[in-house]
Amino acid sequence: MFIAAMIGILVTMALALCRALLGPTVYDRILSVNMFGTKTVLFIAVLGFLTGRPDFLDLALIYVLINFIGTLAILKFVTYNDLGADPEKENRTQTP
Amino acid sequence: MRYISMSIVAFAIWLLWSGHYTFDHTLILILGILSCGFVVYLVSRLDIVDEEGIQINLARHLIVYIPWLLWAIFKANIDVAKRILNPKLPIAPRIVRVKGTQKTDLCRVIFANSITLTPGTVSLDLDEEEIVVHALTEEAADDVQSGDMDHRVTTLEQ
Amino acid sequence: MIIIDILSWICLILGCILCMIGGLGLLRLPDFYSRMHGGGITDTLGAGLVLLGLMFQGGLTMVTVKLVMILVILLLTSPTSTHAVGKAAFTSGLKPFLSDPANKGKNEHD
Repeated sequence: MFIAAMIGILVTMALALCRALLGPTVYDRILSVNMFGTKTVLFIAVLGFLTGRPDFLDLALIYVLINFIGTLAILKFVTYNDLGADPEKENRTQTP
Repeated sequence: MRYISMSIVAFAIWLLWSGHYTFDHTLILILGILSCGFVVYLVSRLDIVDEEGIQINLARHLIVYIPWLLWAIFKANIDVAKRILNPKLPIAPRIVRVKGTQKTDLCRVIFANSITLTPGTVSLDLDEEEIVVHALTEEAADDVQSGDMDHRVTTLEQ
Repeated sequence: MIIIDILSWICLILGCILCMIGGLGLLRLPDFYSRMHGGGITDTLGAGLVLLGLMFQGGLTMVTVKLVMILVILLLTSPTSTHAVGKAAFTSGLKPFLSDPANKGKNEHD
């Protein structure tokens, strides 16, 4: 039964990957990569139960945080072309 | 003072998740304390600790609010799932503006996050008075404009 | 004991089905802003039901505490990142696909 759940999550990851490859705009891609990360968290948690090693949950916990920070970092880089930019200053550069 | 309470909370969370309650591994305990101190040092350099802190009042109201929010999320999920599966059910995307009557920043963030958490509505932008909301259907737009959720979040402040 | 097992399987399977519906929505909804709603399904009820099913398996142990923490952090961060993506697209001037209010309810997607 855990295997059925894992297959379901893998199908969802494949669908998200399709959208990341197809996506007309860069925001579609970021959105689907973010969703892919959420599904990875679920996948790691179910995998921990399947193999009987609940230590995997610690990895899932870390992955939630990394996924969040990673999405924001990619978004900031795409929007401002600079990871150290100060959004308060409205010094937006044009994306080429 | 805030930094002291923050270090205590950080160490309590570290203790909970690491599971080292005894003095069998003193080195690991010392490393934990050092890492908590390092994190608090980094946060103090970032200068992002605000004056707000945690309000006890808010926690009391949240006990009523969270089950209502979960039920709203459940209903909205079923609706959006039906619309994705059945092409005959129409979708009518629209952008509406919703007034937020909250005073504190924390409650504004709770309101905007609740809107985004409910499938069918996503908050796109927010300023001092209004929140720009993208709604998937007319019903979802009417729901968020009726002010029920806004009213419930505002009562959190009291 | 068997009832808890059955409950946990129902939650797991329902959560997976909801996740797949969300993924399908991500593929077939017409524009970026509508696709955010499809992603929202998987982030809230889909992930919530899968983690709830695992909680039933874990019982009252440290495992369940960690699962609850994962769920709480997920429910706090996923709307924030969705809002960030939406706001970035909105301020950069990406035009949403809007239905004409004159004939509302009549337009088909795809």
